[in-house]
Amino acid sequence: MSAAAAPLVPAPEFPKRHYLNADYGIWSWLFTRDHKRIALLYLASVTVMFFLGGAYAVLIRLELVTPPGDLVSSETYNKLFTAHGVIMVFFFLIPAIPAVLGNFLIPLMLGAKDLAFPRINLLSWYLYMIGAFFALFALVHGGLDTGWTFYTPYSTVFSNSAVIPAALGIFVAGFSSILTGLNFIVTIHKMRAPGLTWFRLPLFVWAHYATSLIQILGTPVVAVTILLVAFERVFHFGFFDPNRGGDPVLFQHLFWFYSHPAVYIMILPAMGVMSELVTCFSRKRIFGYPFIAMSSLAIAVLGFLVWAHHMFVAGISVYSAMIFSALSFLVAIPSAIKVFNWTATLYRGSISYQTPMLYAFGFIGLFTIGGLTGLFLAALGLDIHVTDTYFVVAHFHYIMVGSTVMAYLGGLHFWWPKITGRLYPEWWARVSAFVIFIGFNLTFFPQFILGYLGMPRRYHYYPEEFQVLNVMSSAGASILGVGYLIPMVYFAWSMRYGKIAPANPWPATGLEWRTSSPPPPDNFRETPVVDEEAYDYTVPPKEPFLV
Amino acid sequence: MSEHLVPVRTYLAVFAALLVLTLATVAAARVDLGEPEVGGFRIPVNVVVALSIACLKAILVILFFMHVKYSGPLVQLVVASAFVWLFILIAITMSDYLTRGWLLGRPAA
Amino acid sequence: MSNASALQHHFESLEQQKESSTLGMWVFIAQEVLFFGGLFATYTVYRVKYPEVFAAASHHLNVTLGAANTAVLISSSLTMALAVHAAALGRRKQIVAWLLLTVLLGAAFLGVKVVEYQDKFEHHLVPGPSFSGHVLHLEGEEEKQAQIYYSLYFAMTGLHALHMIIGFPILLGLAVFAWKGRYGPEWSTPVELTGLYWHFVDIVWIFLFPFLYLIH
Repeated sequence: MSAAAAPLVPAPEFPKRHYLNADYGIWSWLFTRDHKRIALLYLASVTVMFFLGGAYAVLIRLELVTPPGDLVSSETYNKLFTAHGVIMVFFFLIPAIPAVLGNFLIPLMLGAKDLAFPRINLLSWYLYMIGAFFALFALVHGGLDTGWTFYTPYSTVFSNSAVIPAALGIFVAGFSSILTGLNFIVTIHKMRAPGLTWFRLPLFVWAHYATSLIQILGTPVVAVTILLVAFERVFHFGFFDPNRGGDPVLFQHLFWFYSHPAVYIMILPAMGVMSELVTCFSRKRIFGYPFIAMSSLAIAVLGFLVWAHHMFVAGISVYSAMIFSALSFLVAIPSAIKVFNWTATLYRGSISYQTPMLYAFGFIGLFTIGGLTGLFLAALGLDIHVTDTYFVVAHFHYIMVGSTVMAYLGGLHFWWPKITGRLYPEWWARVSAFVIFIGFNLTFFPQFILGYLGMPRRYHYYPEEFQVLNVMSSAGASILGVGYLIPMVYFAWSMRYGKIAPANPWPATGLEWRTSSPPPPDNFRETPVVDEEAYDYTVPPKEPFLV
Repeated sequence: MSEHLVPVRTYLAVFAALLVLTLATVAAARVDLGEPEVGGFRIPVNVVVALSIACLKAILVILFFMHVKYSGPLVQLVVASAFVWLFILIAITMSDYLTRGWLLGRPAA
Repeated sequence: MSNASALQHHFESLEQQKESSTLGMWVFIAQEVLFFGGLFATYTVYRVKYPEVFAAASHHLNVTLGAANTAVLISSSLTMALAVHAAALGRRKQIVAWLLLTVLLGAAFLGVKVVEYQDKFEHHLVPGPSFSGHVLHLEGEEEKQAQIYYSLYFAMTGLHALHMIIGFPILLGLAVFAWKGRYGPEWSTPVELTGLYWHFVDIVWIFLFPFLYLIH
């Protein structure tokens, strides 16, 4: 008698009522207070901005295929890299993981019904959109040519480009970021489910908590500084203009006081995603949980003490340069601790190679390279030679693209079933992960060599001998572009035709997996009570509370 | 934050103190308190006095008018962090400007 | 008084809602400290750089007006604290009275500021093409440095005044709700939070006054 091999697990069913169908019509989206819908509003916005910023990158790499500046004029080229930087930094990298994944997941991970201030959450999105509108207005009305760094007195006195609308756009977007951070801090402190102590929280939450601290303490400084740049243009205040008794280096101090911690706003959430992915796909509790949690806080604090490593050749005193250099070495330590802990988690884990894990592996390798090259730049003697060269460009793209964007994509894939109730097509997803990895390295590794050999950044013409490496880089960029487009297609496809996802497809630990995919509007049928440690993969996954 | 009700007496006492301190800071500004040299540094006493009085006034407002004295440790941490971060911004920026002249032969910024 | 609607649906209890709102306001104030802080940092750099010019420029300011204004703002903080006190006790008419008095004192403060700004305008001390160091007996490089001082004066007091102006409709709105009996021992959080905001604005001025008016 043959045993009937009937599936013991019931086929997943789409929940009848979930946050996507609970209400219909455009106003139910534009006036929503549901953190999950706001996350999707952000998803749409940041995706548009990502591809807009990417379009500028395409133009930049196209120009750099040939040594002479023959595609565009120097003035136009200045506008291209400025637009690329402003859009990618302020309108993609800073909001992406917190406003999309953080917004969606944090209440779920905490067992809460929503964030502490749902209307402020919606306001954050509107501020983002207003800021984006101003920035796009600036791009259309002559563009901005100051670089994303707005250095004075060029930006305040000499530039004839759309500085004021761009400054206003960044100012408003800054408040979007501040309000998101405010919401997260209060939610994490006050709305954890019963039994969910700090050290039982998912590390994704710790990472976003640390990020929020940076958003609150750093962003206002750049906000007021960019306001002063606008005032200098309009009211002729002379804070940053030497001809009026001002000091351009002061602008740089104030600007980088935020903009250095800003890079930690960009990487900490990505590290939070990493912790979730590595533990799930090793089927093993993360190694050194308290160290990873504390290192997130350490990065947030230490990250505020190193800003003038962007100013080593700007004319700051040698003594303060030495201190900043030493502190910059110090801030690498908590990041390294995380990488060691993820690696130790992998050791003797039961590793599977689904798409999110492929992105996680990519992150570990690329972040290590990006992070180590940061140390090269922190060393005063070496920085003199490689500052303002393509070495710096390569360094930060390894972190921002090779790490943050990869983690963002890994997270999107990991939580896609939860967000949409559908599975993405695994084969296509793995293919694009590989294409992205190859395209990325081909684009940016040659840039380390170019920078080391002396090619300056922000130049659109270069000596003949650099052409081969530049062509490699541009070829890589086209591959990378294709790699990013494929997920757009299959994610969209999956929303209609993808397999229906169970509540916990991986399966993974965490409260977000204990409710249906997609979740109901109020997240849980009843408030969960937590009585176990995080990442306990030794026991079978708990039954979801299905609505 | 807590349900503690601060007595009106306390508010009036703090108010009186704030007014007195305001008068004190104006009076102190009228007198030249000099710049004695202490351990190799010139201390502008007028600035120290004015800053101290302002800090004292701020602390009174924070503790009593804003109820921080009666609030939990989290609120107190938030307040402290904000001012510590402000201090970091100003102190480290100034540490650049103040050490520019330290290299022999180089003029001060 | 009705506060059945005060509990928002995503909170488990009114207590949790109060604690969250209060923490939220404090976090907002923390970022405001850093927002003004950028200006205070700028001030510090230039005060240390141009001590004599800052002193000369500061002498033109009317210390009596500034001190009086400081007293006015401190008084408005007192009336605000008394409004919060009254709200916690549910004394409807008192809440409204103290709130309106706060607005009145704030308006008086801004009235004096208008007078002061007019004076700067008349003496060509507004930064820009019309700026002149003549009334300060400064010219050349020192005139430019004095313009930095006045740029800081306008930026800092202007931003401060803007924060007060934003406060007025909020205070008036609170007065309307208080008149309708919204606030009492169970729920007076909006009044408390507005109080926090108003006291913060007062603290900014507590530092602005000596930094701008009392430079020796």
